Amino acid sequence: MAPALRSLSVAPNRRIPERLEYVEGWGMAVGAFASVLRPRSVEEVLECFSLAAQRGHPLVLRGGGNSYGDASMNSRGLVLDISRMNRVIAFDANSGVATLEPGVTIEKLWKTILPLGFWPRVVSGTMFPTVAGALAANIHGKNNYAVGTIGDACLEFDIALPSGEHKTCSRTQNPDLFHAAIGGFGLLGCFTRIVLQTKRVHSGDVRVSAASPRTLKEMMDYFEAHKHEADYLVGWIDCFSGGDSAGRGLIHRADYLEPGEDAHPEQTLRVAHQELPANIMGLFPKSQVWRILVLFNHDLGMRSINAAKYVAGRLESMAPPYRQSHAGFAFLLDYVPNWKWAYGRRRGEYGLIQYQPFVPHEHAHAVHSEILERCRRAGHVPYLGVFKRHRPDPFWLTHAVDGWSMAMDFKVSPSRRAELWKLCDELTELVISAGGRFYFAKDAVIDASDAARFLPRDRMAAFAALKHACDPQTLLEGDLYRRAFREWIDNNA
Amino acid sequence: MSHASSPSSTSAGAPHSGAHATDSHGHDAHGHDAHGHDAPAPAAPARRAKERRAIVVGASSGIGAALVKQLVREGVDVVAVARRAAQLEALAHDCAGSPGRVIPLTHDVARFDEVEAAFERAVRELGGLDLIVYAAGLMLEVGPNEFDTGKDLDMLGVNVGGCIAWLNPAANLMRTQRSGTIVGISSIAGERGRKGNPVYGATKAAMNHYLEALRNRLADWAVHVCTIKPGFVETAMLAQARAQGRTIKGAISAEDCASAILRAARSGKNEVFVPFKWRIVGFVIRNIPSFVFKGMNI
Ligand SMILES: Cc1cc2nc3c(=O)[nH]c(=O)nc-3n(C[C@H](O)[C@H](O)[C@H](O)COP(=O)(O)OP(=O)(O)OC[C@H]3O[C@@H](n4cnc5c(N)ncnc54)[C@H](O)[C@@H]3O)c2cc1C
Ligand SMILES: NC(=O)c1ccc[n+]([C@@H]2O[C@H](COP(=O)([O-])OP(=O)(O)OC[C@H]3O[C@@H](n4cnc5c(N)ncnc54)[C@H](OP(=O)(O)O)[C@@H]3O)[C@@H](O)[C@H]2O)c1
Repeated sequence: MAPALRSLSVAPNRRIPERLEYVEGWGMAVGAFASVLRPRSVEEVLECFSLAAQRGHPLVLRGGGNSYGDASMNSRGLVLDISRMNRVIAFDANSGVATLEPGVTIEKLWKTILPLGFWPRVVSGTMFPTVAGALAANIHGKNNYAVGTIGDACLEFDIALPSGEHKTCSRTQNPDLFHAAIGGFGLLGCFTRIVLQTKRVHSGDVRVSAASPRTLKEMMDYFEAHKHEADYLVGWIDCFSGGDSAGRGLIHRADYLEPGEDAHPEQTLRVAHQELPANIMGLFPKSQVWRILVLFNHDLGMRSINAAKYVAGRLESMAPPYRQSHAGFAFLLDYVPNWKWAYGRRRGEYGLIQYQPFVPHEHAHAVHSEILERCRRAGHVPYLGVFKRHRPDPFWLTHAVDGWSMAMDFKVSPSRRAELWKLCDELTELVISAGGRFYFAKDAVIDASDAARFLPRDRMAAFAALKHACDPQTLLEGDLYRRAFREWIDNNA
Repeated sequence: MSHASSPSSTSAGAPHSGAHATDSHGHDAHGHDAHGHDAPAPAAPARRAKERRAIVVGASSGIGAALVKQLVREGVDVVAVARRAAQLEALAHDCAGSPGRVIPLTHDVARFDEVEAAFERAVRELGGLDLIVYAAGLMLEVGPNEFDTGKDLDMLGVNVGGCIAWLNPAANLMRTQRSGTIVGISSIAGERGRKGNPVYGATKAAMNHYLEALRNRLADWAVHVCTIKPGFVETAMLAQARAQGRTIKGAISAEDCASAILRAARSGKNEVFVPFKWRIVGFVIRNIPSFVFKGMNI
């Protein structure tokens, strides 16, 4: 019979919810179809591991899918999405200790604890990541230089291993697994319970002030001068600007309010005070704003927007400090839903990648200036550049160094894709030669040999050993693993 | 250095997996081999449709079968779903020389718990999904004084339950891939609660409501949902109605109906009466006051 006449037979019903979906990186530039499993309990997580073993398909863990690249996608197997395990198990309003299921989002966390006078110690620029995804990436906030990463705020977690074990880890219990799984990108096991220390706050607002550096040097000097007293510091860079004003931008500094500074904390701590407005100017629905941004999503449009932002920033820097809600300050990027669609929506073809090198302090100015210059010369200017100060932490595969990172959003289109990847390769060489590092949550371009050059040798060997112990059949394997891990893990076998 | 530069290395195309979808050329439907390198494209058929991969549910006869034939003639690969395996095989046989493939899938849409797996198999076999048409339908004979819950629930199961069971996973897949077209074959019978067959009409009204809601949900994700409201079409369903003694004139052929459906879906129409005159009939029927409608025998 011709293949065309072959009939399909149908498998019986499944117990754990499973669905065929297109699963992509947040930047949309990479993605693939996969069967997505959505377990609801630890038992079901372990069952998913057996299922993967039975079917002979590797499995990748996925939280909110906010990694820009391929950290939580799998073009050769299954996806285990933990978003249905999303209960706040307990919150102690005396100590600020939160015990969470892995799929609790940063949004759910802050909305639960802020009315009780607490705020997460570390948040990303978007509130949609899950705590498990955040811990697996070891995310940093705009206060990284002051408080470290989310790993530093983690007291304990439970992790289900593909080997079938379920372990509790902390700085004293299974400390190796604790320091390897945080920042381990879901390659050792699945977090099933996470205990985080949160911070007491005395107001729902922070005090924000702006500074308008005319060069990268001025920006770095400002950070260095203020890093000991400022609670948050974040820089924005106009990547289009070259010559004498290369690296010009805008710095936002935010500080917590002291007790008594906010006359009505019971008002400002309410979630309603934090919410971002649903309409712009009372009329235009926010959900449609990305359609306007489409009109500007090209070099000329973005050059104008960046220039306008710089000018607006100069004015803002002359104004006195003002108050802004925690959510308003922390999650600026969430103001416009789906703004990334302005980059194009055709799956797998259009989108953006983020490229975020972390460079040690002593080389940071030279390397970041050189990167900006090369981008301009190559005609691939990032549409958004964000500058941050970091500090080292004890997690094995951490991206953080005592230095600086510049997160750059590059537009991806089919015609210029290969060129862009080539440019990134050149920049990667520059960064690694200067002792820099990369962050897999933001990355889509480096490969395993690059990773093997910036990760510490002893850590790689120890991580590889743990991988074999926790996941002897290599069930946990997604696109990121195949791109940037497998080679050095196998070499360390 | 990095070799991730190929856009196809994490292909935007076919679902890769153990059930790796390959056609007779040994490539996945996106024209890439297993390593993501471009493979020579198979010879292009004379006329290519916008879609490349489709599912037609209710494909063994009538409107559904006509849709399958037209799609494969245009080079679309179609998974044809219905209970009667022999009819599906015959359909595949009839279409054997066409540029597109017919892939029969024997399935009872009222077995809701089997739909998710059937859907996944179908999409994997096709290597993706651009279009799904829900054409399965059941219209049972109901006497003027008959209130048979069994019959009514059977119609509800096929016309509404099966529709939801199939279109939910399709809607979700198309949402995540930000493309695709969903077509539901409703009926003019859903415009008003007529005496003749209370639940058949109700199932079509329910479909209209569900499809409209899907359309609104998916609009932001660039997925289109099209509701088709045929009048009379020469199919087994109509023959059955005639056999019950109804006189029905002016029916169009299933082939003409299928062409009109594809035209409407491809031009992004939301709700379409087929043929057009039923739009006027629909308008009139909807606007007859209830006190008049009660006395009418339509
Ligand atoms: C607009 C935007 C702004 C951002 N800003 C920042 C920022 O300021 N700072 C920063 O550090 N990051 C930032 N990020 C990146 C983001 O915080 C990280 O990618 C984070 O990991 C996303 O979490 P997620 O839940 O979406 O996880 P996913 O992206 O789904 O997964 C991330 C990783 O976690 C693993 N994982 C998921 N669940 C589990 C589990 N249960 N157990 C073990 N591993 C698991 C996955 O396998 C994957 O490797 C930003 C991202 C966006 C889109
Ligand atoms: N003909 C008309 O005048 C007319 C007018 C308005 C609307 N419609 C609608 O158009 C659609 C198509 O009808 P048609 O006229 O083409 O009728 P048809 O020839 O009877 O076709 C009905 C199709 O539905 C399938 N089907 C029915 N029950 C099923 C089940 N339990 N599981 C799987 N498939 C099932 C049948 O396949 P199997 O029997 O092999 O399963 C067949 O392929 C229906 O929704 C109908 O309500 C028709």
